[in-house]
Amino acid sequence: MNNYNSEFSVVGKPIPKLDAAQKAMGRAEYIQDIKMPGMLYGKILYSRYAHARIIKIDTSKAKALAGVHAVLTGEDVPGKMKMGFIKDNPPIKKGTVSSFRDEVAAVAAISPEIAKKALDLIEIEYEELKGIFDPEKAMEKDSPLVHEHLKSNVLKMPWNIHYGDVEKAEKESAFVVEDRFTTTWVTHCCMGTSGAVALFDASENLTIYTNTQIPSLAHKDFLEALKSMGLENKRVRVIKPVIGGGFGSKLDTYAYEHIAILLAYKCRKPVKIVFDRVEEFKATSTRQPTVIYIKQGCDKNGKLTFRDMRMVLDNGGHTSWGATTPSVMLMPISSLYRVENVKYNAKCVYTNNTYSQAMRGYGNPQATFAIESSMDILAKKAGFDRIEFRKINKNQSGDETPQGLKITSCGLEECIDAVKEELKFDGKNEKSVGTGIASLIHVGGGARIYGSDGCGAILKMDDYGKVDIFTGGTDMGQGLDNITAQIVAEELGLLAEDINVVHSDTDICPWDVGAHASRSTFVAGNAALGAAKKVKKKIQAFASKLFDVPAQEIELKNKLVFVPGDEEKSMPIGKLLRKAHFRPGGTMLMAEHFYDPDNQNMGKELKGNMSMTYSFGAHGAKVKVDEETGKVEVLEYVAAHDVGRAINPMLLEGQVYGGVVMGLGYALTEEVTVKDGEIMNANFRDYKLFTAKDAVKIKAPVIETDDKDGPFGAKGIGEPGCVPTAPAIANAIYDAVGVRIKDLPITPEKVLAALKEKNG
Amino acid sequence: MITNISFLLNGDEISYDVKDHWTLLHLLREEMGLIGTKEGCGNGECGACTVIVDKLAVNSCLYLAVEADKKTIETIEGLASTEGSLHPLQQSFVDNGGIQCGFCSPGMIMSSKALLDENPDADREEIKHALAGNICRCTGYIQIFESVEAAKEMGGHDE
Repeated sequence: MNNYNSEFSVVGKPIPKLDAAQKAMGRAEYIQDIKMPGMLYGKILYSRYAHARIIKIDTSKAKALAGVHAVLTGEDVPGKMKMGFIKDNPPIKKGTVSSFRDEVAAVAAISPEIAKKALDLIEIEYEELKGIFDPEKAMEKDSPLVHEHLKSNVLKMPWNIHYGDVEKAEKESAFVVEDRFTTTWVTHCCMGTSGAVALFDASENLTIYTNTQIPSLAHKDFLEALKSMGLENKRVRVIKPVIGGGFGSKLDTYAYEHIAILLAYKCRKPVKIVFDRVEEFKATSTRQPTVIYIKQGCDKNGKLTFRDMRMVLDNGGHTSWGATTPSVMLMPISSLYRVENVKYNAKCVYTNNTYSQAMRGYGNPQATFAIESSMDILAKKAGFDRIEFRKINKNQSGDETPQGLKITSCGLEECIDAVKEELKFDGKNEKSVGTGIASLIHVGGGARIYGSDGCGAILKMDDYGKVDIFTGGTDMGQGLDNITAQIVAEELGLLAEDINVVHSDTDICPWDVGAHASRSTFVAGNAALGAAKKVKKKIQAFASKLFDVPAQEIELKNKLVFVPGDEEKSMPIGKLLRKAHFRPGGTMLMAEHFYDPDNQNMGKELKGNMSMTYSFGAHGAKVKVDEETGKVEVLEYVAAHDVGRAINPMLLEGQVYGGVVMGLGYALTEEVTVKDGEIMNANFRDYKLFTAKDAVKIKAPVIETDDKDGPFGAKGIGEPGCVPTAPAIANAIYDAVGVRIKDLPITPEKVLAALKEKNG
Repeated sequence: MITNISFLLNGDEISYDVKDHWTLLHLLREEMGLIGTKEGCGNGECGACTVIVDKLAVNSCLYLAVEADKKTIETIEGLASTEGSLHPLQQSFVDNGGIQCGFCSPGMIMSSKALLDENPDADREEIKHALAGNICRCTGYIQIFESVEAAKEMGGHDE
């Protein structure tokens, strides 16, 4: 369906994932597969209550069990060892527990079975406290307090933004709509569960094998952990095994990693902690749930006048990155379509529920669900065609949005047209069948959340034309290894298979802020490209002397270094490398490059161009609603994305398909069922993922807008696939049967109840 | 209790003393070091541990090791030829984007193999049915179906 640019030799080609054969043969080593001599197995005991005071812990029986090497409680954790960006979460709690997932003890033993048995022997006396599980109720004056010393459940982290004049714009609007939406907990469900192996060497330096998307930031967290343990000036080495799925779940460091470190230090042996599936459901973080109030208006010509949004976020018992999702929600709120007057207020509220984290889209799917549902409601009220209404307000190249986002390449209109072409939107559907559309904006050129948004790369060539590139970027299955290899190969006139991408060890790889914000292709790609350009220059300079021609006349292609049109002046690159190396005063060809995009940290004003460029897209769904059962069947799905440039079309389509199906789960089936803080469906029978049986036909038109700052024009595409899925489905359901579902997931029960209400 | 069992594993005759509570998954992964068979849930819900026992795809996490006595067992490690070339299904998963994080891939490939060995002409609906017990969180399944279909063309089945 898609015609990809063919001006390149390696870029734009569907080259199989470099590690796919290892994986297909069952040889790839995940954290589950790591074993070491003398290794112990760690297990964690969690709270029996959502909110309680720990009165007494007796670990004597557990300690006495043969094969047990160590038992830890909150008393054994250094006071300064805390997790989360506001450091409110010790890896093992003492005093009070504030959620069922709170860690209360941990053991290390010679086998997982003995470790588990030891957990059963730990006796804890609790005094149960009143819990609070509804974030809106938690804001009320007489609500129980999750953390008494804070005096309030509302985090001191207000998100309060006002661009333009919303009140004035509302008064001048011809049409205004107002609604409330909710989104619930869903979870990553990585097929490979979380885990770590920690060990100390004789000099008390730490090596930790861990599933992480943030090797460099994890490195920093673990250095701080060592410091809290009194281990100053020690080294930390973070090694990533092959990761069995990330999706944002590995963007923080967690209790299991810190506990593995504490146990490994106490026992002076390697300690491995790997979650089982129940633990993965109960003790890893979810997508941030939200209560969303949205009001927006337009003038009589259909031009958006203002958007006013307010949210309450359930922060759970502790704080991780979920609390910062408003920083990304702000992007679609302020900048999806042209709207000058924007207001956004979000409050994060402690409850005794689980706490949330990053998950593919980082708040964008929640905000876009409300915005794009509301766009349809407003279009209908104002009497505009849904597609036309979106086109009137479309983002365009050259725009600067109220938040200060500078729109460079923008294929939004082409994406909308592609969806329209596939699904028609002519209103001529059979009964109970409808179509829906929803668009997206997402960061596509990094996202400056920290002081640095950079990534380093070190490139070395051997004597035969092969390359090793050490990148800060992280491959977790999405294919950054290929993207890096294809970019380097293109620049140096090699094949992707000539490039060995090393991305797994902080001892040898440079710094990178992490695999988040769909930034790896753009940022790690530009780092790799920068290093390759420097080496290319050196090759050209050396060949210039050999061939006696100006350096700029020398080209690299098909593993040859040559002057076009002069057959005499051509040499296999390996031969040239050896000539450069094996001579008096010889050299090897190496280069490093650190790429930090020229994007802006939003600062206190929450204004600034957070990304170098933005990815756009539009999704369309055709659904059939069974009016007897409320079941929604997705008949066709179109996911059109402006990706700048497809570096690898096959992997790109894989990101889109995978994102869409994750988004469809978000829209229709997935929900972590929580009752008074306790997760009730911690298994794949009751947590409903899409299976092969439910797989949907997806078309993925790719719009290449050749972004001026992207490596070979590419923008990020890791997250966008799941951003506008839920509203596209909700809008299609409305088109099919006339009911508007405002709470995710859109289960048959909700559809049926809405149909009953509508039909009386 | 310990029972001695003998079975054919990827063409090799094996005799092993197994504890009665061991699952086949435990025997393969933890005792014999065949890490290609993955544990995704330990509960028969995700299919990552799929192996083939007497031509049938089974969840090895629910299958007792003692039950393997006198059986023929195939795991992912047995698929590639001894010269190193990939089995058509493995090659096809590689070539068609059927693998991202790869954790589900061994189980996915074994379920596909059981299907194509039984039904070399399986159509899309039959493939979907055969893979319904294998969860993948990365791919959205589309490129997995395409991989199995392409393997069909390559003769991805045992006679």
